[in-house]
Amino acid sequence: MNHTSPPIQPTPDVTNQDKTKSWFYSDIVKDHFFEPRNFLKKDPEPGQFNGIGTYGSPACGDEMRVWIKVDPKTEKIIDFKWRTFGCGSAIAATSMISVIATENGGKTLEEARKIRPQEVIDRLGGLPARKFHCSVLCDKALRNAINDYYRRVGFFDKIVSEGNRMIDKIMKVTDEDIEKAVREGAKTLEEVQEKTKVGVNNSSVLPAVEELIRFYKEKYFNS
Amino acid sequence: MNHIYLDHAAATPLNPQVFEAMRYFFDGKEFYGNPSSFHTPGKEAKDVIEKSRKNIAEILNCRPDEIIFTSGGTESDNLAILGVARALKDKGNHLITSTIEHHAVLEPMIFLEKKEGYKLTRISVTEDGIIDPEEVLKAIEPDTIFVSIMMANNEIGTIQPIAEIGNLIQKYRLENHSEFPLFHTDACQASGFLDLDISKLHVDLLTFNGSKIYGPKGIGVLYIKRGIKLQPLLFGGGQEKGIRAGTEFVAGIVGLAKALELVQKEKVKENERLIILRDYFITEILKRIPKTRLNGDKTKRLPNNVHISFLDIEGEALLLYLDAEGIYVSTGSACTSTSLEPSHVILALGLPREVAHGSLRFSLGKGTTKEDIDTVLEVLPGVVKKLRSISPVRVEEKYWNRG
Ligand SMILES: Cc1ncc(COP(=O)(O)O)c(C=O)c1O
Repeated sequence: MNHTSPPIQPTPDVTNQDKTKSWFYSDIVKDHFFEPRNFLKKDPEPGQFNGIGTYGSPACGDEMRVWIKVDPKTEKIIDFKWRTFGCGSAIAATSMISVIATENGGKTLEEARKIRPQEVIDRLGGLPARKFHCSVLCDKALRNAINDYYRRVGFFDKIVSEGNRMIDKIMKVTDEDIEKAVREGAKTLEEVQEKTKVGVNNSSVLPAVEELIRFYKEKYFNS
Repeated sequence: MNHIYLDHAAATPLNPQVFEAMRYFFDGKEFYGNPSSFHTPGKEAKDVIEKSRKNIAEILNCRPDEIIFTSGGTESDNLAILGVARALKDKGNHLITSTIEHHAVLEPMIFLEKKEGYKLTRISVTEDGIIDPEEVLKAIEPDTIFVSIMMANNEIGTIQPIAEIGNLIQKYRLENHSEFPLFHTDACQASGFLDLDISKLHVDLLTFNGSKIYGPKGIGVLYIKRGIKLQPLLFGGGQEKGIRAGTEFVAGIVGLAKALELVQKEKVKENERLIILRDYFITEILKRIPKTRLNGDKTKRLPNNVHISFLDIEGEALLLYLDAEGIYVSTGSACTSTSLEPSHVILALGLPREVAHGSLRFSLGKGTTKEDIDTVLEVLPGVVKKLRSISPVRVEEKYWNRG
């Protein structure tokens, strides 16, 4: 099979610089997808990292895990490794955030906490609209790793839970409702759903819910 | 780079012989008349349509006037479901289908359920993706007017026992002195491989299209048994006996008839060839790559379908890595659509979502060679390994291995 260009070019989601061939993603996404930066090749040695964060779940199609090494004196991220289960843009977005967090000597934890999905998307040269949710997860995994670092070093006042956000717009469930459900003993997604009805008509919020359950379980029960 | 196209369940390349047959109706030289016109060019176009209709009817072993041309599989399915259900509204309001139908069947069914007050039963499948005919029979109620079960599934390629289901429905009708339920099957995926003899299938309506049988896209057929009334979706100039108004796609009709003739003529030999390739491909993937699983029955499947779950990785990422190697496959994973939901077909098999997300469909075709399969078998293990190395997920065996 040989490929010649059709007389009428299909419109790609994101147009490439050279405009000769359409691909689903920008050249930068493609680069980070096929040559991911900073992913964790071997399972970590004890002490190699001092903050770990996870977000998402494979059941929902995306899961990111982030390992950071923070210099305790400067609170700068000096190493950032990751693993991602997900589609092309999910992998590229995690790769890109690892670059953003460690470039120019590394961001401080306060700076790193402010990285937002839009910055990742911009640095990737854009993403198709339906792929935005993928890149929205990697910054959350990073913030979880930052919280984990503060928890380990005992700076509990610096842990920022992603407070009072509307998680499910349809069922009107906030993260506080989920926190309450977990404190009252709900341990699984099903149990939390029984109490809050979160995501029953809107499965797209489930990755966020599962992450919050994990977060609050750690917070209240250390489990 | 050499390209290996393994997505024939989505679309097939046009057979050059089909193109040749269609050419005269495209080139604007002679055969451009409107089939409804009352002059010689119009009559010529009309004759060509009727000749095509007759050829198709011969293959289906039915009468030419039972063949209605549509714009494709989607329209045929919609016409069958919406058309029959609405025409029979005063006879009953219960519809039956399966959990693994194509969206072109499921969506009109769900529409009728949500907006027009029909009741809908969806029959589950076994973990191998097969529908039990007895389950269909059990679901029939006195007010059941319509049953639609696909002949072969578009994702996992499983072949359903249509003749058996048709038989049971006919028996039910006899015993209950009822004309209903009517039985429809979507044969879009099956028409290139299986026998379409209506008298053996015991169906009342049957859908197929051109795009899966090396014919043109945008053309399809709905077989409607004589005597069945249905409400049209399109009203206008009364073409196709008033069931489907609109100037006929003459070239498409000619191409569809030619394509069906060719695939049906070649199917025995081609099936034999593909089954050997398919089984070799499946065996080697499962042998060479750990944590893989075949979805759908091993033997009751289309000769060209290989559907595999690769644990711990996500389907779209795998698809794009293969795309970069010039290997074109398809995925039912969430990221190809707008929702986070993996394919309803894979979930219907009872597989957990994390397994469903890592599934790929390879669908072979006339041009697929053993060398192509060997190339894919060389590329695939490395690509899977790389994606697994960047994945944090380790799905446990108990969730996916079928003992
Ligand atoms: C089983 C089945 N039904 C219906 C369709 C829809 O057909 P079309 O694309 O011609 O409308 C397809 C193909 O996509 C199919 O595989």
